[in-house]
Amino acid sequence: MARRRPARSRPLPAESRSLLPRSARWPWIALAVLPLSACSGSGQSTLTPYGDGARRVAGLWWLMFGISLFVIAVIVVLVLWAATRRRRPGVRARMDTGQRYVTITGIILPAIVLVFVYVVSLPTLRAIGDPKDPGQLTIDVLGHQWWWEVSYPGSGVVTANEIHMPTGRTVHLRLRTADVNHSFWAPQLNVKTDLVAGRTNHLWLRTDRPGVYRGQCAEYCGLQHARMAFHVVAQPPAEFAAWLTGQARPAPVPSGGLAAQGLRVLESGSCASCHAVRGTTANGRIGPDLTHLASRSHLAAGTVPNTRGYLGGWISNSQTIKPGNRMPPQPLGSEQLQALIAYLETLR
Amino acid sequence: MSIDNATHAYGVAEETAGGRVGRHWPEEHGLRAWVTTVDHKRIGRRYLVTAAVFFALAGLDATALRTQLITPNGELLTPEAYNQLFTLHGTAMIFLFATPMSFGFGNFLLPLMLGTRDMAFPRLNAFTYWVFTFAGVILFASLLFGRAPNGGWFAYVPLTGPKYQPGINMDVYSLGLLFLGVSTTSGSINFIATALKLRAPGMTLNRVPIFVWALVVTAFLLIFALPPLNTANAMLFLDRRFGTRFFQPEAGGDVVLWQHLFWLFGHPDVYIIVLPALGIVSAIIPVFSRRPIMAYPLLVLAMVAVGIISFGVWVHHMFAVGLPQLSLTFFSAASMIVTVPSGIQMFAWLGTMLTGRVVLGVPMLWAMGFLVVFVTGGVTGVMFGIVPFDQQVTDSYFVVAHFHYVLFGGAVFPLIGGVFYWWPKMTGRLTGVRGGRWSFWLVFAGFNLTFFPMHISGLLGMPRRVYTYPGGLDWDLWNLLSSLGAYLLLAGLLVTLGTFAHSLWKGGQAPPDPWGGETLEWATASPPHPYNFPVIPTVHSVHPLWDQGSLDSFAEGARSRDRVLAEGHELLVTSELDAEPEVALEMPEHTPVPFVTAVSLFLAVLGLLLGVYVLAVAAGVVAVLVIGRWLWPRWSRREAGHAPGEKARETAEQDAAAEREAEKKTEKAGEKGAGA
Repeated sequence: MARRRPARSRPLPAESRSLLPRSARWPWIALAVLPLSACSGSGQSTLTPYGDGARRVAGLWWLMFGISLFVIAVIVVLVLWAATRRRRPGVRARMDTGQRYVTITGIILPAIVLVFVYVVSLPTLRAIGDPKDPGQLTIDVLGHQWWWEVSYPGSGVVTANEIHMPTGRTVHLRLRTADVNHSFWAPQLNVKTDLVAGRTNHLWLRTDRPGVYRGQCAEYCGLQHARMAFHVVAQPPAEFAAWLTGQARPAPVPSGGLAAQGLRVLESGSCASCHAVRGTTANGRIGPDLTHLASRSHLAAGTVPNTRGYLGGWISNSQTIKPGNRMPPQPLGSEQLQALIAYLETLR
Repeated sequence: MSIDNATHAYGVAEETAGGRVGRHWPEEHGLRAWVTTVDHKRIGRRYLVTAAVFFALAGLDATALRTQLITPNGELLTPEAYNQLFTLHGTAMIFLFATPMSFGFGNFLLPLMLGTRDMAFPRLNAFTYWVFTFAGVILFASLLFGRAPNGGWFAYVPLTGPKYQPGINMDVYSLGLLFLGVSTTSGSINFIATALKLRAPGMTLNRVPIFVWALVVTAFLLIFALPPLNTANAMLFLDRRFGTRFFQPEAGGDVVLWQHLFWLFGHPDVYIIVLPALGIVSAIIPVFSRRPIMAYPLLVLAMVAVGIISFGVWVHHMFAVGLPQLSLTFFSAASMIVTVPSGIQMFAWLGTMLTGRVVLGVPMLWAMGFLVVFVTGGVTGVMFGIVPFDQQVTDSYFVVAHFHYVLFGGAVFPLIGGVFYWWPKMTGRLTGVRGGRWSFWLVFAGFNLTFFPMHISGLLGMPRRVYTYPGGLDWDLWNLLSSLGAYLLLAGLLVTLGTFAHSLWKGGQAPPDPWGGETLEWATASPPHPYNFPVIPTVHSVHPLWDQGSLDSFAEGARSRDRVLAEGHELLVTSELDAEPEVALEMPEHTPVPFVTAVSLFLAVLGLLLGVYVLAVAAGVVAVLVIGRWLWPRWSRREAGHAPGEKARETAEQDAAAEREAEKKTEKAGEKGAGA
């Protein structure tokens, strides 16, 4: 796995290629009603779990799916049988009240199945919760309409919409919201947990597989709820440590030229009132921290890839890309815009 | 058990008593009568039609939503339009379609199934209809102004609070639902009083048709479930309009409080929607299996049990909110238990069919389609009781699939089946079998094509309530299928509509009892006369039209004044448990009072909504005055009520001592007051 590539060219669907054989491990799926074997797995599928929690839950799903399929099959067969059987004329319908039959099939049998499923689920519930791991890494996630602020306590690192985490180590997310309720959901890693106004919630992630896992807000949070995604980037510990060190540095000071001009645009224009770039005078707290913007793969919470074209389009009028987002159109001249983009591209 | 018996029994009764009774129950015509009627059948039909119109509007809503999602990055709707449409779709389907549709059936059928002539409170009944309609008008009219609610049908704060939704949109929601709650609560009280006091003699509690049980349990659920919802909405409105801070954490409020209050209503509401539909299934299946329903006592107990347990499971809508794990395990266990009563019903229906002789009539097709679809929604429902799995797929398309299987499959299928079943009784017309079959199979196929793929898109990680989604996440195919399914479903529903239209136009004349029904409504004319039953029958079993004793009681009763009640606009009040005759009660006739009350309340709500508080206060005062007029006691001789046995004596002793007479009246009046 070439993890050295720059973040922005990291191909997101990388997992999907390696996943076909995985779902093929369950050949009986193909026999099932669900044509799930057609799913090649995506960056956001609960059926291609890579986190410890998600894997447990997926196991639970396949168990319940099997039981459900059986129950549905029984009912369908009984309905069809009742519909198609022919009685000889003259045979009267049976008039018994059938209480014993209903007690057995309607109460006792379902109760056994229900108790079984319930009991089986309890260890999983425990497993997805607090592992009480003293070596865990804590990350703060703050939901905003409609993006994610991510900070690493103790390191000064603040970023947005991209959560880097080390593999093989428990990561503890402290989930808070700056405005309305949101829900943090990276289905391949673990279950979702809401970000509730006035409260702090907790979620634990752990995976051994480096990769990029897409997630998105799962609690309706207003106009652009649909465009509030994020990526969790799991890296081997050394790589993660390097990333964290890099992110902790202030923004590089441009040596001159277009980029330096761009920094002036940023500091003197309206950018600085909402955005922060550590190491400059821009220290706004309303929008995402831009200190290492160029290291991120996407813009606007997973809405568009972080390329020069989209970046320029976003700055001049983000409302055409994500209508209703909090960033007003920036009436910059073409030269200013070019300079600003040139500067932003140095923020690696 | 031959089909002609009910028709015959009714014919005899009609011939001997119909003319005498009909004098006091005139047919009403014209616009004025349309506004002032208190006839439960007209109100019931009207409920059904109005609810069906809201269903159509909310369904077209959904078609627009599905069209937007047919491809990734769809651009048909703006995000704001999408958000308003999905909120209105949910709100309307839950509040303006499902429950009112059941109420329509209840209004039309309850007095007919119980063997009486009207609801217990006919004027209240008219009032509930008008309030429901006006509340629906408020909610749908807001869409015309682009100001429809946009916070999702469960309207989580703080998103719906004044800070994040400053427009009028969520005021429409909170006030509209509060207003509608007036209707639903009064309707529920009416159903309960009717079912407890107006049953035909002999219809003891263990002979009450299952549909009536279902509706009564539903009514009790509503009476207990609506207060939390109303409280929450009142608090939300106060927060939004008058600056209170119930739901603002920065001022010490709590946003999770809203969720608790809402789901304390919201989960029982699932059963509020589904129970009447299950009651319809329990009415259709025995008739089309040609045998009495299996395990009647267990079925009734199951419904009562589900009603009680449903108040203890609301937190399974909140498993991802971050509540302590221990409490989650409790609510998880309760959610397991709540499925057991559904298992009882499922196997009682299957047993009835398997030991009976199934006739594949169109209503039965819908009932059988329901069984298949409902069990699918049921098993995914169990999955949602399992905390870790719920936390994984809640708020994804998997939950959208689940609740459409439960609500569309569990409620809409039986409701449409119920319309086919009772259509001859309601309209006097038969429906075409071919049209009925086409409509069933198209809807069944369209429904499954729409909603089954949503299980998969949900498992693949697609969250609900997104106005668009990116390509490349393997969601495209499943969304395409869902959208195509939606069109097929729409086509199926249009065929259904066409079948009914055709029936009205060219359908054959329906006999009183076209299906060989088991319950009393089939021993009336199709459509029934305003008085329903010329003779109040005596009920000897849970399926009176299948037992000779009950059938004979029509002819026997025709000779008895107590059962014909031809002295006025009267019906028979019986005791709550054993349905012993108590008094003959003079019932109110058509009046504009309910309509005027509803209009003035409507204006009051509009005044509050638009901030024209003068109008709100003035209309409120008018409403109070009209209600005062409505409730003003009028102690006429007739309305004081009298025991049926007394009537014979009364006529015989025309000139009896005035003293004794008066004494008796007072006594009976007291009895009436205690009973009704």
